[in-house]
Amino acid sequence: MKWWKYLTIVLLLYTVVMGFLGHVPRLAILNETERNLYFHVPMWFGMTIILLASVINSIRYLRNPSARLDTLAHESAKTGILLGVLGLLTGSLWARYTWGTWWTTDVKLNGAAVTMLIYAAYLVLRGSVSDEQQRARLSAIYNIFAFSAAIPLLFIMPRLAEASLHPGMGGNPGFSKYDLDSGMRLVFYPAVIGWTLLGVWITEVACRFAFVKEKIYEKQEKQLA
Amino acid sequence: MKSKKNNWLSRAVALLLPLLLLAGAALAQTNAAEPEMADALRANGKIYVVVLVLVIIVTGLLVYLIRLDGKVSRLEKEVNN
Repeated sequence: MKWWKYLTIVLLLYTVVMGFLGHVPRLAILNETERNLYFHVPMWFGMTIILLASVINSIRYLRNPSARLDTLAHESAKTGILLGVLGLLTGSLWARYTWGTWWTTDVKLNGAAVTMLIYAAYLVLRGSVSDEQQRARLSAIYNIFAFSAAIPLLFIMPRLAEASLHPGMGGNPGFSKYDLDSGMRLVFYPAVIGWTLLGVWITEVACRFAFVKEKIYEKQEKQLA
Repeated sequence: MKSKKNNWLSRAVALLLPLLLLAGAALAQTNAAEPEMADALRANGKIYVVVLVLVIIVTGLLVYLIRLDGKVSRLEKEVNN
């Protein structure tokens, strides 16, 4: 097993233990739910990083087409979507117990939801084209569109908005740096790295599985020929 | 004489008790004004139950992923030979 996989295990176990036992500031309304910072926020960090990897592989595909690059882009996008959906679900639950509602028409919430819909369309597009090369090419181009729509929706529009319930107004859309207690950073940064690495790990296994499957099909075709 | 003394004592208690209760209530209120945290839960150790549950879940998911990783590795070896 590669070294970064051991790092993932250590960081995730550290996050789960210290995430509950570590010191957090006493804040009204939030109370103990601020520990969600170690679990909800890293989903979005992980999603953004893995979707960036996906679009980079799509651009590489268009420059130099290969089935391998298409698989890398596709599997990365799938993991990114998984993390994004988990981020939406956990955020909604958190909102229910701090804002009193599952969902509000907030620019950050809606931006994240629209991003997920755009990426869902990526999967729909892939599923609707049977020719492999055409599918790879079309979805690579769509992936560039999806990522260039996601960045304004997640990082630019919230900054232009007048008001938002979500932490981090007038700065980083996820949270304000002043919201972070120095003790919480000691858990938060490892948590971001740990959850992101878990996403990378899942993607790596999914890609290797796809490559092996491809190889087996090739061998079968040779035997038939 | 003795009964008179008892009477005085019981009156003092009767006067002090409501005052003490009021003070107690006031004290409880100042405690409630501070944001509620899971202090009691951690003090009596029950938060560790939650921590252990999550450690079990995360370990379980990681073990599953490690095994899946291993299976793919074996398959890769088999196909390449």
